[in-house]
Amino acid sequence: MDYSLIQTIWTVVVMVLFVGIVIWAWSGKRKQRFDEAANIPFSEDEPTPTDNISKENSHG
Amino acid sequence: MTDQQTYNYTVVRQFAIMTIVWGIVGMLVGVIIAAQLAWPVLNFDIPWLTFGRLRPLHTNAVIFAFGGSALFASSYYIVQHTCHVRLLSDKLAAFTFWGWQLIILSAAITLPLGITTSKEYAELEWPIDILITLVWVSYALVFFGTILKRRVPHIYVANWFFGAFIITVAILHIFNSAAVPVSMLKSYSVYAGVQDAMVQWWYGHNAVGFFLTAGFLGMMYYFVPKQAGRPVYSYRLSVVHFWALIFTYIWAGPHHLHYTALPDWAQSLGMVMSLILLAPSWGGMINGIMTLSGAWEKLRTDPVLRLLIVSISFYGMSTFEGPMMSIKTVNALSHYTDWTIGHVHSGALGWVALVSMGSLYYLIPRLFNRDLYSLKLVEVHFWTATIGIVLYIASMWVAGIMQGLMWRATNADGTLTYSFVESVQAMHPYFIVRFLGGAFFLFGALVMAWNIWKTIAGAKPAVGVIPAPAAAH
Repeated sequence: MDYSLIQTIWTVVVMVLFVGIVIWAWSGKRKQRFDEAANIPFSEDEPTPTDNISKENSHG
Repeated sequence: MTDQQTYNYTVVRQFAIMTIVWGIVGMLVGVIIAAQLAWPVLNFDIPWLTFGRLRPLHTNAVIFAFGGSALFASSYYIVQHTCHVRLLSDKLAAFTFWGWQLIILSAAITLPLGITTSKEYAELEWPIDILITLVWVSYALVFFGTILKRRVPHIYVANWFFGAFIITVAILHIFNSAAVPVSMLKSYSVYAGVQDAMVQWWYGHNAVGFFLTAGFLGMMYYFVPKQAGRPVYSYRLSVVHFWALIFTYIWAGPHHLHYTALPDWAQSLGMVMSLILLAPSWGGMINGIMTLSGAWEKLRTDPVLRLLIVSISFYGMSTFEGPMMSIKTVNALSHYTDWTIGHVHSGALGWVALVSMGSLYYLIPRLFNRDLYSLKLVEVHFWTATIGIVLYIASMWVAGIMQGLMWRATNADGTLTYSFVESVQAMHPYFIVRFLGGAFFLFGALVMAWNIWKTIAGAKPAVGVIPAPAAAH
């Protein structure tokens, strides 16, 4: 097979793959799942050290 | 409380503390060699202190000792907190810590002695390379083993980036370090000529892409939302960001070999893929910064968040500069000049170091259950570091472009206008400014070390309790 034909096919395959991933990621079906996933870092009550950022500000 | 109800914070604490220690060591060596370039007498005619030996010590210390420890600490912390399970094995995790420290010590001894493979960023000789492989395989087992036993169904995006970083670095290391040993301390690469160069820069650029980018993006996707108190701007964008970035980076290496014996088509491929890389890089940057959308006022009050956001800005800057420099005509001017050094440090100081330091300011209070000793000192750190970076990269831009122009300047009769040493002489003031910039940055790191020392002195290690199963879906 011609070398440039392989290159052309590969370019098209990769392009289709990319568009596919974008469509997959933005499809309405997955919105709720991704919203949940985005909140994974907030899924536990961590005993965070008291927020000294607000403290320092209030004491000037 | 049994071990299985708590997170393994021991290994995270160990790596977090060593991140600070190795950061200061590596940056100090950097400042010393910057001073040597400005004042060459500073090598005192001692072979172990010459630039050629200390420079790989500097790069190995900041990339693998400082950056590596930051990656281990943050990936171990994040994978546990986003999977709601303890690390797969405490013993194996401890092995990665002690093994990694042993590798760093071996590097600190062999490199000043001049024991080197001479492959940039892969200078360590074959016995150390084997140890790296063992530690890295253990790291992969601990990390992916933890993901396999996770109690949260979805694998959070930060873990995807850490996973890609671990797998790719393993492959890069094994292929690029393949060598034939001739004695305990000397080996020769199995590749020769232009193939050796291509494998080396396939490795070298992906060390940037996966060691210094993907892993640190993992930090960004966890610590920025946590510090800002809001989820990432777009999770969908993060999915596209991940696949586009890892697919594109792997092809960009040939831009290090423009106008060499590397076939022209490979050079052009490297250039085009480097240009495409701008899109995923900026997608990620926008995703990180826009996480603050609607809460911008936090930047005024929270210096830790400011450190993280400025690091993402530097990421955006250097990932714009990189593709531009990979264009062959621009590269004809920039290659082999100090512009490259400036570009690297805009990424290394601005992005990698700042995002690690911001992450440490988040981690340390949680690992020791103490408030940060002083937010004022975080402010001081932020400003000295930022001024340092600006001095560094601005002086290297001017120096690099001047160098490039002097090297290519020709007289009417075709002879070179300047001798090489004239271009070196012209660099002198910029080398001094660069030294000052590096010293500022090191000073900021020392302020951080003091602040963290005061935070943890006398503190008891914190215990991280894993949420009850009901809490997780």
